[in-house]
Amino acid sequence: MVIKTEPFVVNIGPAHPSTHGVFRMRATLDGEVVLDIEPVFGYLHRGIEKLAEERTYTQIIPLTDRLDYLASMSNNLAYVLAVEKLAGIAVPERAEYLRVIMAELQRIASHLIGVGAFLNDCGAFMTPILYMIREREKILDLFEMVCGQRLTYNYMRIGGVSHDIPEEFLPALKKFVDSMPGFIDEYDQLLKENEILLARSKGVGILSREQAINISASGPVLRASGVKWDIRKVDPYSIYDRFGFEVPTGSAGDCYDRYRVRVEEMRQSVRILKQAVEKLPAGEVRSEVSHLVRPPAGEAYGHIEAPRGELGFYLVSDNSIAPYRFHVRAPSLLNLTALREMVVGWKVADVLAIFGSIDICMGEADR
Amino acid sequence: MSLFDPGLNLSAYYPGTLPPEWPGGYWIHWGVFVVIILAFVLLMAMGFIWLERREVGRFQARLGPNRVGPFGVLQPVADAIKVLTKEDIIPAKGDKLVYWLAPVVAFVPVLMVFAVVPFQDGALLADLNIGILYVVAISSVSVVGVFMAGWSSNNKYSLLGAMRAVSQLVSYEIPLGLSILGVVVLAGSLSLNSIVEAQHIPFILLQPLGFLIYMAAAAAEINRTPFDLLEADSEIVAGFHTEYSGMKFALFYLVEYCEVLAVSVIVTTLFLAGWKGPLLPPLLWFLIKVFGVFTVIVWVRATVPRLRVDQVMAFAWKCLLPLALINLLITGIQVLVWPEVLPWAVVFLNLAIMVVLILLWSKFFKLGGGRVEV
Amino acid sequence: MKFERYGAGIAKGMVVTLKHLFRHPVTTQYPEERLTVSRRTRGNELIWDRERCTGCATCAKSCPQGAIRIVTSRGEENDYIVEEFRVDSGYCIFCGLCVESCPYEALFMGYGYERARYRRRELVLNKEELLTSEKKQPSGYARPKVEAALPPQTLLLDRDGVKK
Repeated sequence: MVIKTEPFVVNIGPAHPSTHGVFRMRATLDGEVVLDIEPVFGYLHRGIEKLAEERTYTQIIPLTDRLDYLASMSNNLAYVLAVEKLAGIAVPERAEYLRVIMAELQRIASHLIGVGAFLNDCGAFMTPILYMIREREKILDLFEMVCGQRLTYNYMRIGGVSHDIPEEFLPALKKFVDSMPGFIDEYDQLLKENEILLARSKGVGILSREQAINISASGPVLRASGVKWDIRKVDPYSIYDRFGFEVPTGSAGDCYDRYRVRVEEMRQSVRILKQAVEKLPAGEVRSEVSHLVRPPAGEAYGHIEAPRGELGFYLVSDNSIAPYRFHVRAPSLLNLTALREMVVGWKVADVLAIFGSIDICMGEADR
Repeated sequence: MSLFDPGLNLSAYYPGTLPPEWPGGYWIHWGVFVVIILAFVLLMAMGFIWLERREVGRFQARLGPNRVGPFGVLQPVADAIKVLTKEDIIPAKGDKLVYWLAPVVAFVPVLMVFAVVPFQDGALLADLNIGILYVVAISSVSVVGVFMAGWSSNNKYSLLGAMRAVSQLVSYEIPLGLSILGVVVLAGSLSLNSIVEAQHIPFILLQPLGFLIYMAAAAAEINRTPFDLLEADSEIVAGFHTEYSGMKFALFYLVEYCEVLAVSVIVTTLFLAGWKGPLLPPLLWFLIKVFGVFTVIVWVRATVPRLRVDQVMAFAWKCLLPLALINLLITGIQVLVWPEVLPWAVVFLNLAIMVVLILLWSKFFKLGGGRVEV
Repeated sequence: MKFERYGAGIAKGMVVTLKHLFRHPVTTQYPEERLTVSRRTRGNELIWDRERCTGCATCAKSCPQGAIRIVTSRGEENDYIVEEFRVDSGYCIFCGLCVESCPYEALFMGYGYERARYRRRELVLNKEELLTSEKKQPSGYARPKVEAALPPQTLLLDRDGVKK
């Protein structure tokens, strides 16, 4: 007897436990095997680029918080760098150090969520992500101490940062920096060598070096494929050239490598934080810049190494108080275009593990 | 002579199945035990729900439910009330009759398992002389209920869950049965009460490999991590019971915990010497062991990720099945060669054999699977 | 894919979870147990100082959401009289730009965080509701004098070594 079979289409998302936001994948399945996948974007589109073109340069900073809401500090930093480039504003020394401290704390916080969510997608029942959220909570406490908010910080300003740190911040930060490597070791002990995790992630969802470069992937996704490309090293912004740190890379470009690259980056961030705390100079944190910045006509592109990859802001000014054009180069969106190449041929369970290993944030991808 | 004659002496028909002398004979014994078992199973399932949530909470550095009642013990009751008052939704294009029947089909066999479980010496509903065979046979019926649920929901996630359920549960029946056979060979009986009585030292010491295989296979049978594929919430939402709500969902939820209870009870009986133990009353020993086994299951759940469907299959057929066969062979040889040997020598021998076998299999066993060219 | 480590990796992970069984849980039992928020917290609802406000409307201009509405009239001594000062906290994103830009330190962020409402219209605050009261304390965001008087924030970091 011949049993007639046919592939069937499953909508994974937009409301699904592990699509990390409202993302939809139209997957064609043959049993468990994924034959084809079609990503559907735009469920979280809020028109932030257009909204920004109707606001002054300072008013846009709170909007950038809402792009990648897991890494608001990095978004703030990328945006103010672009504006400073456009208007030619210098930043005080202490503010530069504070920016680096905040950006690296944010990188740790974001990677904690990224790694935790990936392990959760692999089926570890909430345990790793809850441990990681515990440490993220400590970082959020620090952010709250400095800027009064836990998610949408609105901390960076054009020409510096909004506030100096309170006096209890540095002791708390030192305590955090000292204890964090121990916690990272604990996460590694929990699941790094777990046979089931290895079976689930090693060799799964391979993105080759060429593919990664061709789709212009960036961040941990690119580095896991063996490309040593980190904006902090190749085009140092702010004062990153003053710190010693490694750029961890993977070799295979599979889910496991992406997971390991993120964990190693957390260690490197702790290293940068240690140096920054030691070198932190005294002085002003904000240069004299009016709330209404009016940059000369022209254009500028400022980019940083955000936790998810190269985050860039492209601004065109017509010498008014609002940008004429505001564009975000969102790493999540570009990394997500690699999804189809990675998942075709794998099982349904792998789709979500691979998806989790890209570590996307839909607020940024859909804008 | 009718079967419902209260004075009926069934021992004439089924020698060896007679319970202790009760006033009123067989039927009252049945009535009393059915009530006891229903109460026991439902209470323990509630207790397990509470215990699992509390324990997982503590494993994850949080508190777990602690609002309703002292230490939150009434949380399952509150949940039950909430679930029972929910709207009962039947998918428009689902198969209504099958959809309605599925929770019942899944629930009844799990309850029936407890008929042969000895709570203490001789305290059981029916001391069947084929006890453990009955358990294996009955508990595999639940998969039909799971499959019915997945099929009748008319939901693609449910169907995927049902597909996984059937392949996984059918595969794991085999190592499960084979690992039990080792115990049966040692005890020389299929009756659970006789198996407990035969355990002068707990069979976990004589059958360490069998115990591990049983735990792994049973975890797969009852959909616990790392084999909880059929309701993998991060992949297929809730698997076969995605569409269920209200009372029917409550039944599935109950099935899950009754199955855990059944496995804990059977592990206690087969490998941990059941109600036997010094000082404390037998029933208390039994409960302590059941809770101990359950805690281990929860602990595993709190730690490990989930395997993929092909890896689960490979693990059953390439790893557990050969190991179970070898274990059975070794047990058979040991029983034939040294029927009266000192147990402690055999304990260490079996532990050594277990370590060697696990190392060997880890070396040569491949999970297989991977990318399929499409 | 082989099981190279003979299950040692799983065993190591189990040790970690077992260790956590004996650690203090990090949960805060919210309604009974309250943490002190940051001294700079940008809490719910703005607080307005009637005496200091000159009605210059810099706050309204700096608001990215347009949530502040100010209507003024000419006073006798060539100053502004604030007729209407209305904040729709349903639109407010608590960015703090208005507080930062106020040249006379007449506007403060709120220190509280329990201001949920059943009706949207209750979120619109007029002049009287914006004044400070028993329930509404100003926060130290961009106001160093207020900040110095507030209690320090509770940190999860300080709980690290605590055993159960």
